[in-house]
Amino acid sequence: MSVTITIQDLVKKYGDTTVIPELSLEIKQGEFFTLLGPSGCGKTTLLRMIAGFNSIEGGTIHFNERVINQVEPGKRNIGMVFQSYAIFPHLTVKGNIAFGLENRKLSKAEINAKVDDILKVVQIEPYKDRMPKNLSGGQQQRVALARAIVIRPDVLLMDEPLSNLDAKLRVDMRNAIKDIQREVGITTVYVTHDQEEAMAVSDRIAVMKSGVIQHLGTPQEIYQRPANVFVATFIGRTNILAGSITKAAGGSYALQLGSGYAEELSNIEVPRADAAANTLNVQISVRPEEFILTEDQTGMKATIVHSVFLGQNTHYFVDLASGQRVEITQESKASQILEPGQVIYLKVKKEKINVYDAAGDLNYTRGARL
Amino acid sequence: MRDTRKRFDVWTNISLLIFVFYILFLALPLFTMLFKSVYNGTTGDFSLAYFTKFFSKPYYLNALFNSVKVTVSVTLLAAIIATPLAYIMATVKIKGSSAIRVLILISSMSAPFIGAYSWILLLGRSGVITKFVSSTFGIQMPDIYGFTGILVVLTLQMVPLIFMYVSGALKNMDQSLMEAAESMGYKGLSKMRKVLLPLITPTLLAGGLLVFMRALADFGTPMLIGEGYKTVPVLIFNEFISEVGGDDGFAAAISVIVVLFATTIFLLQKFVANRKSFTMSALHPIEAKKKKGFGNIAAHAVIYLYTLIALLPQLYVIYTSFLKSNGRVFVKGFSLRSYQDAFSNIGGVILNTFFLAIVSLIVIILLAILIAYVTVRRKNALTNTLDIFTMFPYIVPGSILGIALLITFNNKPLALSGTAVIMIISFVIRRLPYTIRSSAAILHQINDGIEEAAISLGASQMKTFFKITLPMMLAGVVSGAILSWITIITELSTSIILYTGKTKTVTVAIYTEVVRGNYGVAAALSTILTVITVVSLLVFLKLSGQKEVSM
Repeated sequence: MSVTITIQDLVKKYGDTTVIPELSLEIKQGEFFTLLGPSGCGKTTLLRMIAGFNSIEGGTIHFNERVINQVEPGKRNIGMVFQSYAIFPHLTVKGNIAFGLENRKLSKAEINAKVDDILKVVQIEPYKDRMPKNLSGGQQQRVALARAIVIRPDVLLMDEPLSNLDAKLRVDMRNAIKDIQREVGITTVYVTHDQEEAMAVSDRIAVMKSGVIQHLGTPQEIYQRPANVFVATFIGRTNILAGSITKAAGGSYALQLGSGYAEELSNIEVPRADAAANTLNVQISVRPEEFILTEDQTGMKATIVHSVFLGQNTHYFVDLASGQRVEITQESKASQILEPGQVIYLKVKKEKINVYDAAGDLNYTRGARL
Repeated sequence: MRDTRKRFDVWTNISLLIFVFYILFLALPLFTMLFKSVYNGTTGDFSLAYFTKFFSKPYYLNALFNSVKVTVSVTLLAAIIATPLAYIMATVKIKGSSAIRVLILISSMSAPFIGAYSWILLLGRSGVITKFVSSTFGIQMPDIYGFTGILVVLTLQMVPLIFMYVSGALKNMDQSLMEAAESMGYKGLSKMRKVLLPLITPTLLAGGLLVFMRALADFGTPMLIGEGYKTVPVLIFNEFISEVGGDDGFAAAISVIVVLFATTIFLLQKFVANRKSFTMSALHPIEAKKKKGFGNIAAHAVIYLYTLIALLPQLYVIYTSFLKSNGRVFVKGFSLRSYQDAFSNIGGVILNTFFLAIVSLIVIILLAILIAYVTVRRKNALTNTLDIFTMFPYIVPGSILGIALLITFNNKPLALSGTAVIMIISFVIRRLPYTIRSSAAILHQINDGIEEAAISLGASQMKTFFKITLPMMLAGVVSGAILSWITIITELSTSIILYTGKTKTVTVAIYTEVVRGNYGVAAALSTILTVITVVSLLVFLKLSGQKEVSM
């Protein structure tokens, strides 16, 4: 039985240092939910609080209606996959997977049947009687996953499970994890610092920094309408430009991007507190693929510094008139790559870019706020 | 991030219980000793009279000076001999090098006083070599008794310890470090001085401390071969045991001085070692290469010669055990008479030794597993104190611990003196660290997540410990336990203080037979002890899959 996890005003302190100040969050039944953030952001701490390995200094965690603050980890009915896998090295694959079942008053036959089932799901049947040291990293990963889900947990918790695998295997395994999770339908909380991995597996992502959730949304929302400059720079690559917006007719705003380049934006919504001023300084997040090379010498003037050819796309590093260096991506063309020193003119895809307040904390773009 | 919240669980109770054990059998005896050293039993006053007495008489000060001289000389000499040996073994392919490593190890495993008595048989006034040299060449051999003898015996005994430490360090040293030095123009001696030596300095400091403490505490060697050359352990023993004019209070005062001195050295070493410590791990360890010509011959000669000298005492003792003897002198021809005497007269000591050692070992294994677990996995003020307690046996010499136990448990309500219990307690306290250390070492390598995984799967703390943690620790526990075992059966300095007729051990019997001059019986018993030690050691090497022992 999979559950809804409700976290209310949760506080974590180590001595006098507060690591997580009053965090609230709801993880839906059967959802694949990812905690994403740089190291030290509190994501693993939060996961271990849900698991019961870290104490809770304030607030509550509910599994459905039940408060689990004081419940021992072993009684929360969780399955956990550790970064180090934590495979018992003295037990066979079967012994590892059966370990949790043996605590659950099942007959030998039932245990065997369940173990065989799960071995099929994670596709490691042939290795049933092997010792862990004779398994590859990916196979160990599958054992760890099988061991966690065979007990039919209410919640599956995964702490950077793929960080010890090589790049290729990481991609294979994250697809496997996603498939298996969908198949068994367990509410899953996944911790990672790899944003690409998070995008690939998650239904929803919470981007964390310093114990605070910066943005909570679907992978698409988080990439296209990041809540603040931190999220915009942490998820994918982006360029942050300085500019200003001025009120224009019909509720639209004129965006000044420097050196005389302006665009009219109709999707800007300035909250009441800032709305009094006619002109506002803003930060603009423009992803490399959101630049357009103009043919008619309109837009911002820029000089090519160097280029990186990556097959489908070519990345250019260019210096703007302001001296700022930005990265732009263009689909590779049959013609020659632009040479260093060459002068180009740039515009932005105005429906895609994001406009933030001067501090970078608030996204003015419509659709960014719920 | 590990959680530091306090958990009052079953482990807290276990920590408390072990803590009480240490308070009772280590802290209390040491405190009693301190008390006796400043308390005058007849007048009931507290005074520093015993200390004044010690520092005002040249006789006592001289013993202290002798001890320091012996200890410092042995430590330096052992390091000077052991380091080149380890370097040669690491860099030059020596024929039979695995066997040589085991032999060098064996040479360090016997009780030092057996070496002393064997060297007397070889180089003493009527020793075989002395006689041979004087009758063949007419040359008078230098005197082996006194400082020289102690130095020779202890150095040979201690070289293997430093040898093993340095060998271990060289194994962790990357070949490329040496090559980098060479690429920057350092060759030969300048390479050693600038790169190799600084890299093994932390190791030398660690090994040096161990040797220092052992040499300082050794009682049997100066007693047998020192003759007039008195060191502090001999002094303490005489003051405490001597039938006329023995003075517990004075013996306690000297003990306090020694313990303070040893503690100072210990802390000093920790201070220096901490500043110089770093960790190495080798991607490409230094490989032993085949050398050619003179270098090859010289390297083999040095290694073989050292091994022979190191083993000579034990080999000679084994040889004499098969000789016919007539009271104190060996006569021509071979016989098993010494063994018959050994078994018929004092066969009980072998049973005693086995009984005491096995009971001690069981207690050691139980305590070591629990102590290792609580000090590694349940860090708090209590377990940190426990950790410090377990270090004490490194600092407190065996004879001093023996005296401390005896003066503490001489009277009711805990009248344990003369019982097997007090012997077992002393063995446990002194030999526990070996097993704790190897158990803790393996526990450090076990990821925390493993236990959390078991708990998250619904296992209780006890089930997690017995089903997951303990099986994973077992290899470390067993290898440590074998070391504890070997050092128990070769123990002399505490047993000699605590034994009675009923609890006499093999080492005590060998010692008393040597003192009485029954060399045949002593040799037979020594041989039996050597056989047990070697077999245990081979089992250890087989089980641990290592070629070295870390002491």
